[in-house]
Amino acid sequence: MIEVNRKGEVWVFAEQHYGQLEDTPVELMSKARHLADSLGVKLAAAVLGSDVKELAGRLIHYGADKVYLAEHELLEHYQTNSYAKVMYDLIHKHKPQIVLYGATIAGRDLAPRIASAAKAGLTADCTDLQIGNHKTSKDGKVHKNLLFQIRPAFGGNIIATIINLDRWPQMATVREGVMPAPEPDAKRKGEIITETVSLAQTNLPLEILAEHKRPKKINLKAARIIVAGGAGVGSKDNFKLIWDLANCLGGAPAATRAAVDLGFIDHDHQVGQTGTTVRPSLYIAVGISGAIQHQAGMSQSQKIVAVNNDPEAPIFNIAHYKIIGDLNEVVPRMIKSIKTVSRE
Amino acid sequence: MGYKCVVLIKQVPDTKRITGEAMNDDGTVRRSALPAIFNPEDLNALELALQIKDKYGGHVTVITMGLPAASAILRESLYRGADEAVLITDSRCAASDTLATSYILSCAVKKIDYDIVLCGRQAIDGDTAQVGPQLAEKLGVTQITYVEELEELNGKSITARRNIGNGRQQVRAKLPVLLTVTGDANEPRVAAARRTMKYKNARTPIEIEQEDRSQKSEVRGQKSEVRKLKEKGLLIKQWDLDELEADLKWCGMRGSPTKVHKIQSVVLSAKESRAVEPSDKGIADMIHELIEEKTIS
Repeated sequence: MIEVNRKGEVWVFAEQHYGQLEDTPVELMSKARHLADSLGVKLAAAVLGSDVKELAGRLIHYGADKVYLAEHELLEHYQTNSYAKVMYDLIHKHKPQIVLYGATIAGRDLAPRIASAAKAGLTADCTDLQIGNHKTSKDGKVHKNLLFQIRPAFGGNIIATIINLDRWPQMATVREGVMPAPEPDAKRKGEIITETVSLAQTNLPLEILAEHKRPKKINLKAARIIVAGGAGVGSKDNFKLIWDLANCLGGAPAATRAAVDLGFIDHDHQVGQTGTTVRPSLYIAVGISGAIQHQAGMSQSQKIVAVNNDPEAPIFNIAHYKIIGDLNEVVPRMIKSIKTVSRE
Repeated sequence: MGYKCVVLIKQVPDTKRITGEAMNDDGTVRRSALPAIFNPEDLNALELALQIKDKYGGHVTVITMGLPAASAILRESLYRGADEAVLITDSRCAASDTLATSYILSCAVKKIDYDIVLCGRQAIDGDTAQVGPQLAEKLGVTQITYVEELEELNGKSITARRNIGNGRQQVRAKLPVLLTVTGDANEPRVAAARRTMKYKNARTPIEIEQEDRSQKSEVRGQKSEVRKLKEKGLLIKQWDLDELEADLKWCGMRGSPTKVHKIQSVVLSAKESRAVEPSDKGIADMIHELIEEKTIS
């Protein structure tokens, strides 16, 4: 076990593949910066890889005070055991009080392995992090400046705040897309600490035989306007309405899990707990009932328009504009209206 | 030849299908009103184990940790083709977080001879995906998470295809391994009628105890019932923490580093909301408004 270190730093595991930083740890940097500032400690990024020095400077621009650089040829490709060993050794040596990971596939593969080895707590898929105090009900003792690890649970129907009183470091994985990435500041200065890595082939029990990259068909996170369709759209053919409305608005077409499962559109377009979390200026929800799992991925949109023929649909609870009606009539009217305006 | 597979399964509340009956008036969910189901991706893990057995031979043991009611998913596993089932039930397991759970499960798996441990990628009540990797660490075995396809088993090693988010990866590892299996891996088979007939009366000792108590009969037939089921091969194995020789320091509330500070129900609502007529005019007015405030440019 690793002792409680109240002066410990806040760390972000700076996941990279092929020398490219993942989005999620970058998104995490502004929140982590904020946590470190409120604790009065330094923010550090840990970057593991082979020949990744160049990323250290970038991480400083994103807000890190320090970068722990662990380079080794055996760290070229991510795999659980080698990365877990190196991260565990770094944590053991420097005793950070908080270690954060992106809840990417690699992050969710790695963090629990480290938590188990360190016998430390880990909270998965957080959507927010804060610093706060906790009073234990048994003895009334107040534990100050803990990491509040805030996450949806129970299929998104509740929001739980999880803490870790004494089995540190306090660790969490953070969902993709829930935190806005910081603007890089090229003038920021920081310290780069080169770590010695000792690894042997036995630390790599996995043979990576092949990798097939499949670039995402669409980047929903970057879209200013999103038009999303649900099961209510009815068919793949009818989903053309969603594409048409998205096209005339210069927006991106998206869907609920139900619509994806029905084969109306590719999974890359899925918004929600098991898809992408988005926060566009405008979100038009068409034929979407608004299951909590879907709302979790879009409720932060600045303006929400909902079209549904069921007045009881939960999506209306969060919509700014509620249109109760047949989507087959409403959507063409919207398209017509937009086209009329753009001709004016 | 053949492979010894251990599948870890969990009974979960059906969080995906929350109907009106399970909702309180304030819009929060009444958890007790949700039906308890076999965690969906654990069914994919079981199916993969059964496919390994069908193809190469071997033995499939399912293990769950839970309340006595979790015996139901052990029976379901037997219907589908599992050879053996184990219930870990003990009040001292209560309030275990993922770390304590993985410790308790590791004590159970260590009692069994295995080549491959299979778990669902994640359970739909917590969605953490943590127990698999934590268990792999405790067992000291290689983990392959997000498995979508098992490509080859050749006695000593396994080749599998896993999802890496933006693509697929083909990996090979020496046995023993722990796999976490995604919902895309396969289509779980349905219960076999003959096996259902055979195992529908299978019970865990604690279920017999409870049924006996609810009967309130003068003559309690617990012991003879247990013996009878055992003779018929219908007694489901049951372990408590003593039998697992678990160190209580790492179990339950005490063994769990994470604690709940606060729980809030999610009731989302828009700050300002208004109805728009589905007519040409209603829609045109809304579009104009969105353009004026520069939401649409």
